[in-house]
Amino acid sequence: MTATLHSAGAEDRFAEATQLQLTWWRFKRHKLALVSLFMVAFFYLVALLADFLAINDPHATDARRSFIPPQGIHLFDNGRLSPHIFALQGKRDPRTFKLAYTPDPTRKLPVRFFARGYDYHFLGLIPTNIHILGVEGGQAVDGIFLLGTDQLGRDLYSRLVVATRISLTIGLAGVTVSLLLGVLLGGISGLYGGFVDTAIQRVIEMVRSIPTIPLWMGLAAALPNTWSVIQVYFAITLIISLFGWTELARVVRGRFLALREEDFVIAAELAGASQLRIVFRHMLPSFASHVIAATSLALPAMIISETSLSFLGLGLRAPAISWGILLQDAQNVQVLATAPWLLIAAVPVILVILAFNFLGDGLRDAADPYG
Amino acid sequence: MLIFIMRRLILAAITCVMISILTFIIIRLPPGDFVDAYIANLAASGSTVTTEQAQALRHEYGLDRSVFVQYGLWISRVVQGDFGISMMWSRPVTEVIGDRLWLTMVVSFAALFLTWMIALPIGIYSAVRQYSIGDYVATTVGFIGLAIPNFLLALILMYAGFRYFGLAIGGLFSAEYAEAPWSWAKLWDLIKHVPLPACILALAGTAQLIRIMRANLLDELRKPYVVTARAKGITERRLLLKYPVRAALNPFASAIAYLFPYLVSGSIIVSLVLGLPTVGPLLLQALVAQDMFLAGSIVLLLGIMTVVGTFISDLLLMWIEPRIRLQGRL
Repeated sequence: MTATLHSAGAEDRFAEATQLQLTWWRFKRHKLALVSLFMVAFFYLVALLADFLAINDPHATDARRSFIPPQGIHLFDNGRLSPHIFALQGKRDPRTFKLAYTPDPTRKLPVRFFARGYDYHFLGLIPTNIHILGVEGGQAVDGIFLLGTDQLGRDLYSRLVVATRISLTIGLAGVTVSLLLGVLLGGISGLYGGFVDTAIQRVIEMVRSIPTIPLWMGLAAALPNTWSVIQVYFAITLIISLFGWTELARVVRGRFLALREEDFVIAAELAGASQLRIVFRHMLPSFASHVIAATSLALPAMIISETSLSFLGLGLRAPAISWGILLQDAQNVQVLATAPWLLIAAVPVILVILAFNFLGDGLRDAADPYG
Repeated sequence: MLIFIMRRLILAAITCVMISILTFIIIRLPPGDFVDAYIANLAASGSTVTTEQAQALRHEYGLDRSVFVQYGLWISRVVQGDFGISMMWSRPVTEVIGDRLWLTMVVSFAALFLTWMIALPIGIYSAVRQYSIGDYVATTVGFIGLAIPNFLLALILMYAGFRYFGLAIGGLFSAEYAEAPWSWAKLWDLIKHVPLPACILALAGTAQLIRIMRANLLDELRKPYVVTARAKGITERRLLLKYPVRAALNPFASAIAYLFPYLVSGSIIVSLVLGLPTVGPLLLQALVAQDMFLAGSIVLLLGIMTVVGTFISDLLLMWIEPRIRLQGRL
């Protein structure tokens, strides 16, 4: 089929290409998916290098710098390239008691790359205190607040960057658990058929007809207060994936049903291959790409779930930082009226969800390169 | 057809049992039992309970017996409409919940209705006029709807309303009706307030349905029977609505069955942001205060009403879609 559409050279190219190559060629045609792939990669890179990219300690609070609006960096100084910021002076309004900040033109703080800041472990291993940006000669209160600060004076930019780590990995962890459940149950369902299949299908229908958020809320609220961040993290992952596996199970079952009748499976059966070998050696590789596509479509739902739960205050708890926890600060109009920049945490959430959706779309189209 | 209804009914019943078990687990999850919480509550108000009294209370509620007996006792009381007492309010749970449950359902059903009303025509339009400006606009709006979690949308709209129009968006009633007894004027007030939260809730589902509808209809439009019908000179409008649209409705319809739970779910969190008097804020308060009878009852009632709602939408589907009636399956 493909041969008639392409010239002789292209024909060879297609004939010789591996499945992975074919998939990649097909994927590349979906421009939005390609852009999304880079976007997703970028976000995970940020998550990996979060502490390096952060400027100020994301946990450091200081009442003297509460609700600083986003601050720009001045690139030029008298026509020379010399990035700097002005130190801020906080003044309390005598009537409203609101802190208002004005730049102090007498105190110019030069901005440096690879400046020294708070201590952390680079990639979790190497102890260091070098950060991508920093100011020189500033006092404790001074700093670069690219996206402003929250009520407790914590730097929103640094928090946003560090939050990437939890928000993106909890999605991955959740989807992994879902994937295990989905592949196991979907596989059993599709492979054996009959009564088992019917039973599992009914369970899936039941799970899908339950409203998830109230149940999540109930389960998440029952987590003991004494648990550490890590324990809560894994518990939330489990709670989220408890209801997230159904779509994956459906995809896996569908593929199993379709493949069961294929010639190569019957051939393997006749050749005396064991069932395990048929499943893992012959069937699984041929629909792995579909599963990957379904996984990347399931990821945004996981990220939204974590964000929603943390937003309600039932998911991860401070001192953990995730996008949901950042958005929790922006929960009411009174706060937003004073500090609209707190809503900025919505931007990465939306971008990541969009990127994963497009990526999943592209992967789904590319999953079957022979089609 | 009867078989279909029976199967749906049985499935719904089993789902309700499963929800009740999950609810029971949620009620029992926090450390300590109902009596511990009750005693703590009494102690806070100054009165004390002796150990014997506590034992008697435990015995009365069956807390000294096995988990299964406890579940049985609890569920038999629930079936009779006794959901227990809310710690936080010291009043029966049913009284505390009051109108809130119905309002939750009103908002969710309104959102479901809106989803249908918006997604169907736009889906048809963007399939028939593929790659037109309208199609691109619909697709873009669809993707945005998919990407913005509805609570964020509520938050953004609320801020925009406040910032640019000086309006306080939110609530389901104007201030003068909030505590007033039901009347036609109050109902009218409710009708005026429902569209905004319903729209917020509906956006994500609409986006999904538009995509499904568009894809299905595009497949159908390329089929030979459409060409045949067109060749026979049937008007384009009649052709479209009589054949391909009806054929494309099937997967569209089955997606709707999963939409309702999703909308109920979403309404909880959107209510919190917009301050709607639904069960959402109440559930959060109850969970934070570990008022487990109230929280559990809300989860249970929401779950069961969702199952009933889904069942009703299944029946509606069967009415629309003859293939389900004849084959007896979805």
